Amino acid sequence: MSNSVTMPNDGQVILKKQDDLVNGFMASESKKIQMLSLIVLLLMVSLIVDVSIGPGNFSLGTVLEVLMNRESHGIKLEVIIWDYRLPVAVTAVLVGAMLGVAGALMQTLLNNPLAEPFTLGVSSAASFGAALAIVSGVGFAANVGSLLVTLNAFIFALGTCGVLLLLMRLKGVGTQTIILFGIAIFFAFNALLAIMQYGASETQLQRIVFWMLGSLNRASWAQISWGAILLTIVLPFCMMRTWQLTALRLGEESALSMGVDIPRLRIEILICISLLAATAVAFVGTIGFVGLVGPHIARLLVGENQRYFVPLAALLGALMLSVTSIVSKAITPGIIYPIGIITALIGVPVFLTIILRHSKEQAL
Amino acid sequence: MSLSVQNLTVSYGAHLVLNDLNVAPLEQGSFTALLGPNAAGKSTLFKSISGLIKAQSGEVILEEKNLNTCSKMQRSRDIIYLPQSFYSSLALSVFESVLVSLKQKTGWRVKHADIQEVAHVLSLLNIGHLSERSISELSGGQKQLVALARILVVKPKVILLDEPTSALDLHHQLSILSVIKKLTVERGFITVAALHDVNLAAKFCDQIILLDKGVIQTQGDAHKVLAMPELGQAYNVRTTLEETRKGQLYLDAELLTPQSAYA
Repeated sequence: MSNSVTMPNDGQVILKKQDDLVNGFMASESKKIQMLSLIVLLLMVSLIVDVSIGPGNFSLGTVLEVLMNRESHGIKLEVIIWDYRLPVAVTAVLVGAMLGVAGALMQTLLNNPLAEPFTLGVSSAASFGAALAIVSGVGFAANVGSLLVTLNAFIFALGTCGVLLLLMRLKGVGTQTIILFGIAIFFAFNALLAIMQYGASETQLQRIVFWMLGSLNRASWAQISWGAILLTIVLPFCMMRTWQLTALRLGEESALSMGVDIPRLRIEILICISLLAATAVAFVGTIGFVGLVGPHIARLLVGENQRYFVPLAALLGALMLSVTSIVSKAITPGIIYPIGIITALIGVPVFLTIILRHSKEQAL
Repeated sequence: MSLSVQNLTVSYGAHLVLNDLNVAPLEQGSFTALLGPNAAGKSTLFKSISGLIKAQSGEVILEEKNLNTCSKMQRSRDIIYLPQSFYSSLALSVFESVLVSLKQKTGWRVKHADIQEVAHVLSLLNIGHLSERSISELSGGQKQLVALARILVVKPKVILLDEPTSALDLHHQLSILSVIKKLTVERGFITVAALHDVNLAAKFCDQIILLDKGVIQTQGDAHKVLAMPELGQAYNVRTTLEETRKGQLYLDAELLTPQSAYA
């Protein structure tokens, strides 16, 4: 501010300035909506490409025809497209969106750009739960057959979020403590996982490693239905709280002064995060960095107004996992690489960029 | 309309911060300075008046109504507390940050009237040119103006400012306090600001409240408080009141003994 704070008296000048400001804000809102629309478009393209890529070399036209009319090219193509490729592609979009939203909300709630289900130990807990079911058959549900692994992973992930939630309710526990606690959980479950792996047979070890690498191949329409219902409930619930979440970014005391009930907001949002993260990990295994990278790019594109930040993080998470699914099939034709490996390969450089950028900001 | 505090007691665990504290009625359109040494309990007093922390006992009375009986949301409509700290690396535009304050009161959907109200306040404070800038890019003085805009857009009855000039140079201290004074009078706020500069407090404020050791030591007309021995005692300094050539009072202060300075 180079000159004194003065208040103009000329009414007409003020009105003109006001109109300019209103127009400027509307233009900025419009740009953000265009950005969201562009990502939706890219996501649709990515989804179609994902369905069209795979063993069999069907043309894009054939795939689109089968998508429009299931029986147009016979039962073989119908099964390949509708029962195998489409569930995988849609699961990538759904899980990516879940991880994107969970990461964005975690980062806002804990005021830390490095917070996400993976870094806070939720994924490690899920991996341990899955390993426990694979090695010993011990789980929280009986007579569920092959679902035991998924259910165990879900319950362990949810349990970890529950512990973080309880910790958050304790008096005097700040966001930094929760992050450190999450890191401790991460290491604790990794150690327990190592013990499980040590005692596992060769076949069991293979299953554990495969689960941990993350895979979309377990996708099914039943899972998709559950994921879609969850996202349809949770996302609007969180969107209704985006003004409060944005106020929280202005500082806890400022938000409290504006009338935001922070303890209640934290609990509501952490329950949402828990459901999203636990479901995502249980569906596809350990996939890191999507919850970190999606929100980070969203922040760069639309800033921290949570009305745009949260949905954009969801879309970018979905786009990232959808593109990862394409890459995992395209690297070596005929081989599908585990997506956990691909997301980590993309995520690590972005993770390092965030750390370096954060250090530079702190140094300024 | 007036604001008063009766028999307020606040403690953090075993540590008593405010002890049966009373503030005489502060009238509409008045600008009051809250003075006191570090750890006197100034921020705690603000937080308990605004309802951010719960008092063990006592009442905050606004318009003859005990605010302890009001909901958090109602209290936040009437009283706005502006803390000292600002987020330095927040990717939020000035316009959005002011709109956020308004939207806590007016529902989820952004109406045209909301946008116009924010534009009006930014124009009024002459910071319209900053509207699309990120908060993280602003100087300390500009951040204070944005914070004031966030207050104005809500139209509260009481404004509590915790050291609004602490990070500013002399020019901006004078500018910000002038704006606060003008808005307080024009809009009929009850404004209380925690300040460290006694002379600036006397220059801009109608009255001074001196807080020390969790108790109000004195409250009254700004220039009268300047002359009181309680001021020197609270800060543990020797004070001398002088009159400038313009006829204004100026308080000079020095340490009681050279040994009382930090080594």
